[in-house]
Amino acid sequence: MTKKILIADDEPNIVISLEYLMKREGFEVLVARDGAEALQMIEADPPDLVLLDAMMPKKTGFEVLQAIRPTHPGLKIIMLTAKGRDTDLEKGRALGADDYVIKPFSTRELVERVRQLLDQSGAETET
Amino acid sequence: MTLPVAVVIAVSFAYLGVLFAIAWYGDRRARQGRSIISSPWVYALSIAVYCTAWTYFGSVGRASVEGVWFLPIYLGPMLAMILAWVVIRKMVRIAKTYRITSVADFIASRYGKSPLIAGLVTLITVVGIVPYIALQLKAISAGFGLLTGPSDPTLTETPLHWWQDSTLYMALALAGFIILFGTRHLDMTERHEGMVAAIAFESIVKLVAFLAVGIFVTYGMFNGLGDLFGRAMNDPAMQQLLRFDHGATPHLYSQWFALILLAMLSVLFLPRQFQVMVVENVDERHLKRAAWVFPLYLFLINLFVLPIAIAGLIHFGPGQANPDLFVLSLPLAEGARWLALFVFIGGLSAATGMVIVESIAVSTMICNDLVMPALLKTRRFRGRSGGDLTRLLKSIRRLAIVGLLLLGYLYFYLAGEAYALVSIGLISFAAVAQFAPAALGGMYWKGATGAGVLAGLLVGFGLWIWTLMLPSIAKSGWMATDFLEHGPFGLSLLKPEQLLGLSGLDPITHSLFWSLFGNIAAFVAVSLYTRASAREASQALLFVDVFDRRGGSEPVFWQGQARVDDLVNLSERLLGRDAARRLFQEHARDIGVASIDAIPADARLVQRVETRLAGAIGSASARVMVASAVDEEPLEIDDVMRILEEASQLRAYSQALEDKSRSLERATEELKTANQQLKSLDRLKDDFMSSVTHELRTPLTSIRALTEMMRDDPDMPAAQRQEFLTIIVTESERLSRLVGQVLDLARIEAGHAEWHNSDVDLYAIVKQAMASISSRFEEKGAALELCGDSRLAPLRADADRLVQVMLNLLSNALKVIPAGSGQVVVDLQENSDGVTVTVSDNGPGISKAEQAEVFDKFRQVGDRDQHREGTGLGLPISRQIIEHFGGRMWVESEPGQGATFGFQLPRNQQPVTGKPA
Repeated sequence: MTKKILIADDEPNIVISLEYLMKREGFEVLVARDGAEALQMIEADPPDLVLLDAMMPKKTGFEVLQAIRPTHPGLKIIMLTAKGRDTDLEKGRALGADDYVIKPFSTRELVERVRQLLDQSGAETET
Repeated sequence: MTLPVAVVIAVSFAYLGVLFAIAWYGDRRARQGRSIISSPWVYALSIAVYCTAWTYFGSVGRASVEGVWFLPIYLGPMLAMILAWVVIRKMVRIAKTYRITSVADFIASRYGKSPLIAGLVTLITVVGIVPYIALQLKAISAGFGLLTGPSDPTLTETPLHWWQDSTLYMALALAGFIILFGTRHLDMTERHEGMVAAIAFESIVKLVAFLAVGIFVTYGMFNGLGDLFGRAMNDPAMQQLLRFDHGATPHLYSQWFALILLAMLSVLFLPRQFQVMVVENVDERHLKRAAWVFPLYLFLINLFVLPIAIAGLIHFGPGQANPDLFVLSLPLAEGARWLALFVFIGGLSAATGMVIVESIAVSTMICNDLVMPALLKTRRFRGRSGGDLTRLLKSIRRLAIVGLLLLGYLYFYLAGEAYALVSIGLISFAAVAQFAPAALGGMYWKGATGAGVLAGLLVGFGLWIWTLMLPSIAKSGWMATDFLEHGPFGLSLLKPEQLLGLSGLDPITHSLFWSLFGNIAAFVAVSLYTRASAREASQALLFVDVFDRRGGSEPVFWQGQARVDDLVNLSERLLGRDAARRLFQEHARDIGVASIDAIPADARLVQRVETRLAGAIGSASARVMVASAVDEEPLEIDDVMRILEEASQLRAYSQALEDKSRSLERATEELKTANQQLKSLDRLKDDFMSSVTHELRTPLTSIRALTEMMRDDPDMPAAQRQEFLTIIVTESERLSRLVGQVLDLARIEAGHAEWHNSDVDLYAIVKQAMASISSRFEEKGAALELCGDSRLAPLRADADRLVQVMLNLLSNALKVIPAGSGQVVVDLQENSDGVTVTVSDNGPGISKAEQAEVFDKFRQVGDRDQHREGTGLGLPISRQIIEHFGGRMWVESEPGQGATFGFQLPRNQQPVTGKPA
């Protein structure tokens, strides 16, 4: 069964890149253009993994994370940030992000991390 | 209807027991350092010792004969408290600073610590106050008689022999009580906390008792105030009581004025008032509360005076009962025996309160200012050795208390019946008023001299005796009254009550006028004609300028040689060992030496010992004692001036020091502010760097991801590859723009930007910018218009920079307007100040909150899609450019109605930053 990935970012060109990358790897891709939309889409139809940009209009990635983490403990979340501040990393981890990727990222590495997380969750559900 | 003697006596003694218990508790708490009187309420209530039996019984008596004339005696103190509290504050400050313990001490200390003046003031006080004490005895004895007596409610009955008179034994009992009350302690201090607590309590008791009888009479016996006053108005005789011109003499208003003035001065200078208000004051700030509580108290206690007087007259009929005792006889007549007993206790309270404070205050004066100076003349008490004197001092005070009460009894026995309560009180008031010129003059006039005071007091007191005291004795039948009617030796000009032919005034007003007139005239005249001695001059400075002194810089007017041992000995003799020890320990601590042995025997020590001794034996006696224990050099006026000069230098130094520390404080404050500014600047810089990082990484992210995907996927369709390459180019352009603008902004902010100034035509610049962007407007189907002035005077500015600003505003507008129906209007207006350019769009507008941030760096407003090419630095840069030319830039917008960005360039610009190229 194909895994579903939600890309939440407000930069159209980054969305284009990520969408192409994830589709090429064989995932089903959903796109949200801001935090509020991302939250709505997760609540309506939870994906397997979210690529969550930290800085988005309406709701920041941190706010989205904070809102969904308690209700969706098994959902895999990778935070994306262009700020690269240590405080942001800590904040993301404290709020329960599974991984953290700093922009600009290596596409190979990102794909690898995504697979790793999804394999984990697959293993978890199988046992 | 009467009460058994035993009950009345038992209740009276029980009440005194309660007072004693309160005093004992108050003293105990004071020794533990947890004062119970350190409250403005207690202070204000203790001042109400002003209301004696005279108020309690006599006011009704006076009101029943003379109507509203009982009032001035209470209006005076009310006015004094409200109007003259700053005067009282100065008295308090002086008394505290120099440990002054009585009104005699106050006056004597001011005039060079003169024993002569202290003695004279004390003598006048004793003579003047004895009738007042007699009045209290008279009131208690009359009340007691009425409460227990079989039938005769008047007090004209005199026992055949003095030893049969219960009043004598009452006086002795009171004396014993006061001795227990006020002179228990071995250590001699000028303050009596327990006494003050008890006095505050008795003030409450007498007020409650008086209000109780007032309410009982007004609402129990009659139907309220309206009923009483209504009946009074219907009776022609009583109607007179409610008129202010009742008993009118030709000098009606002078009489009102005289009585009010008399009462004002009394509330300041009666020994007991000085004691509670000045000596016993714990905190100067309490005065502010007392300034309205005490007048309020007087108002309350006088509220029912007229109603009770009218009720008494209606109930008993005029002349049928002693009006001084209406407060007792009315409840008794109604059978309210226990109320009558309570009212009697209230009266007892008023009387004992007065007698306690008055006799403690006056006995201190007698001891310090009459007996001590006499003793000091004998060899035994002078010099540098000798036994402990504290026991002797205490015995003198105790004897003085007994003596005072016996004198009071004697006066009561001899003259008591001839006068109503109020008249006796006024005689005392007039005597005490003689202190006013000396005391008030001394506080505010440095030129007042001791000789002037002696002259004034002698003249005033003499006139008081002649015009008031002797007539009162004569009218009591103890002297022939010839001199009253015809003058001495037939000299009618010297008639005591019509001196120099001044007639038409009542005796009190007449006496007050002449005695105060003579007193002031002699005081001022002699003061002007005599020269103050050095000691007088120095004391005058200390008194008049008391508020100028600050700790440590006080001038010390003493010179000579002293030995610490001698001073220790002297202190031990007069204060007792423990108190003396504490005094020297405190001094050692204050001057910063380790032990008593290390104290230098300098002027400051002598001064301190003398001030402390003044608290125990009065300043005049303390002066004599200290002078006998040390070798002093006489103080000349030159010395006073020199010492004063040194003190003022010291004060100047300390002032300079204070200024210095203040300016240091200011510098610290400034540094703190600067540091905070730096910190917030640092934070701003961090935020800026973080934003720049974000803005640089975002396009790099797309570029890297897309190129990596193209590298990893050689089989990517050509169309896809083409699309990605286009994005890469766009994002690269965005990067270059961003780098360029960041550098630009950094240069402008740091003042390193290059400015190519010339005379520019703003109209041409606007046209140029519009021309270069018009194709993009056409693409979006939007209209771009220009209106306003086209002929503008040239401005000095950088043309390229202004084009940059215009392009920024226009491209921002272009981003927000709707496709197809967009409309942007550029307007140019010239006025005397300069040129204003506005760019208005019909986009969605900007909310108020966002308007505040629109010029912040990287703060992009609105939908992210609208400013794909924006960097978030265009507006901040534009504003920096406009401000560089001395102009300003702003935004106006209502959400939903478009936005207008505008800037104004002044004609006479002064570049804010940067250097002209």
